[in-house]
Amino acid sequence: MSEWWTYRLSSFLLFSPRTYYRLFELYNAAIWPGQLAALALGLVIFALLRRGSGKASRAVAGLIALCWLWTGIAFHASRYATINFAAVYFAWAFGLEAALWIWMGLRGGLTFDRPGGFRSRAGLAMVLFAVALQPLSGPLLGRSWKSAEIFGLAPDPTAVATLGILVLARARHRWLLMVVPTIWCLVTGATLLAMKAPDAFVAPLAAAFSVGLSFRRPAEGR
Amino acid sequence: MRQNETLSRRRLLKTLAAAGAASVLRPARSLAYPENTAARTGPILTRPIPSTGEKLPLVGLGSWITFNVGNDVEGRDACAEVIGAFFREGGRLIDSSPMYGSSQEVIGYGLHKLGSPRELFSAEKVWTSSGARGPQQIEESRRRWGVARFDLLEVHNVMSWEEHLPTLFAMKAAGKVRYVGVTTSEGRRHDEIEKVMRSQPIDFVQVTYNALDREVEERILPLALERKIGVICNRPFRRGELIQRVARAPLPGWAAEIDCASWPQALVKFIVSHPAVICAIPATSRVDHVRENVRASYGRLPDEAMRRRMAAAVEKA
Repeated sequence: MSEWWTYRLSSFLLFSPRTYYRLFELYNAAIWPGQLAALALGLVIFALLRRGSGKASRAVAGLIALCWLWTGIAFHASRYATINFAAVYFAWAFGLEAALWIWMGLRGGLTFDRPGGFRSRAGLAMVLFAVALQPLSGPLLGRSWKSAEIFGLAPDPTAVATLGILVLARARHRWLLMVVPTIWCLVTGATLLAMKAPDAFVAPLAAAFSVGLSFRRPAEGR
Repeated sequence: MRQNETLSRRRLLKTLAAAGAASVLRPARSLAYPENTAARTGPILTRPIPSTGEKLPLVGLGSWITFNVGNDVEGRDACAEVIGAFFREGGRLIDSSPMYGSSQEVIGYGLHKLGSPRELFSAEKVWTSSGARGPQQIEESRRRWGVARFDLLEVHNVMSWEEHLPTLFAMKAAGKVRYVGVTTSEGRRHDEIEKVMRSQPIDFVQVTYNALDREVEERILPLALERKIGVICNRPFRRGELIQRVARAPLPGWAAEIDCASWPQALVKFIVSHPAVICAIPATSRVDHVRENVRASYGRLPDEAMRRRMAAAVEKA
């Protein structure tokens, strides 16, 4: 890119905020009542994480993989790509994350901290935030309920919940699973910042929190 | 100062009727776009394309961001209404690019809905680093617009212009496009633009020009006059930033002298009053705004002294 220093964040924004949130509105209308199933899925994942058993780990890996795959195909490839040509690459990245979770679940090296310590509580809090509170942020900021972003269906809460799960996770290749959600949190933060959205900081902050917590104690493999 | 052409009785009545209807139908407006908008005074002002003498109205319609609404039917219908209002006000040139997401398809949707208006002057771009990929991209763009051919094809951001221009000139020779040009924005790559303007037989150049971004006044605009190249001006409002900047300031008294009832009109008139400029291409997703913008191509235009006052007023705001 020539004269790259002359570009601003807004130079890369291809759509208006109205179009962006309208995309979620139409998406939610098309998949209703899938939101209820997604909410139930999020609560099931939360409950499985609290149990922290080996079988639960596989189930969590499978369910999270499903969320990433769905979001990649149904949101990025089918809808976001109509207003942002980069969304095709986002779809592939989300597919890659889904494949990594499946691989991690199948190889059996994934466990989760049992609730108790600060790290596990913080991880669970991130998951609960992504499932129950993050969808409310838009309506609380004056946007329509119809455009609420739901865990498992929309990329932002899915990425934040995944990073929360990874705070709890213990596995040799845990870092590998953090790459896509962390990058997505930065991408979505930049997009929302360019749109001057007041909640632009949420996903990048969650990513920083997750990565910071992961530094607190090295990941342990089996 | 350029003088108004005399109002005909019929046009005056039409204008008054339109203004009356508009006062009832127009939605709530911002400070920058006040309720009391300028009526259309006289015929629409045009400027000849230097290479052919064909006349174009001074205000066109951009599509960057505003028309990228994806598959949203409600959004597409709203854009079609904007396009319809643009033509009804006397506009002709619509500008787009393969870079603008779904904008091309949305324009095509609007044109189809309006019955393919004959007034259309289609301005499209080729935007790929590969010269070999250019013709395929142009054909894809043409299919999305639903037009038989483009009136103007430009090399977007002078990307790989050495490869694309021969293709565009060959298309022009074969009657597959009427005009050829190059574009840039936000003051980038002016040296390269100048090189193209000096060495290639282009009809148009598209650059950023507004009351604050006036760098092109030094070399590009004089060169365009010298080489008989028409200038299209993008980012007339700096994506709304200029309107926000001046919105709180009262409209200066001089605005009435150039038949402007709002800041946006004044900002557009500043641009199109430069003799090298063929048209400005503000983008909008609102019918009231497109009407307001196109009305800047009616009435008197500022002279050089007034232009200096206008630029100073915007700088001070």
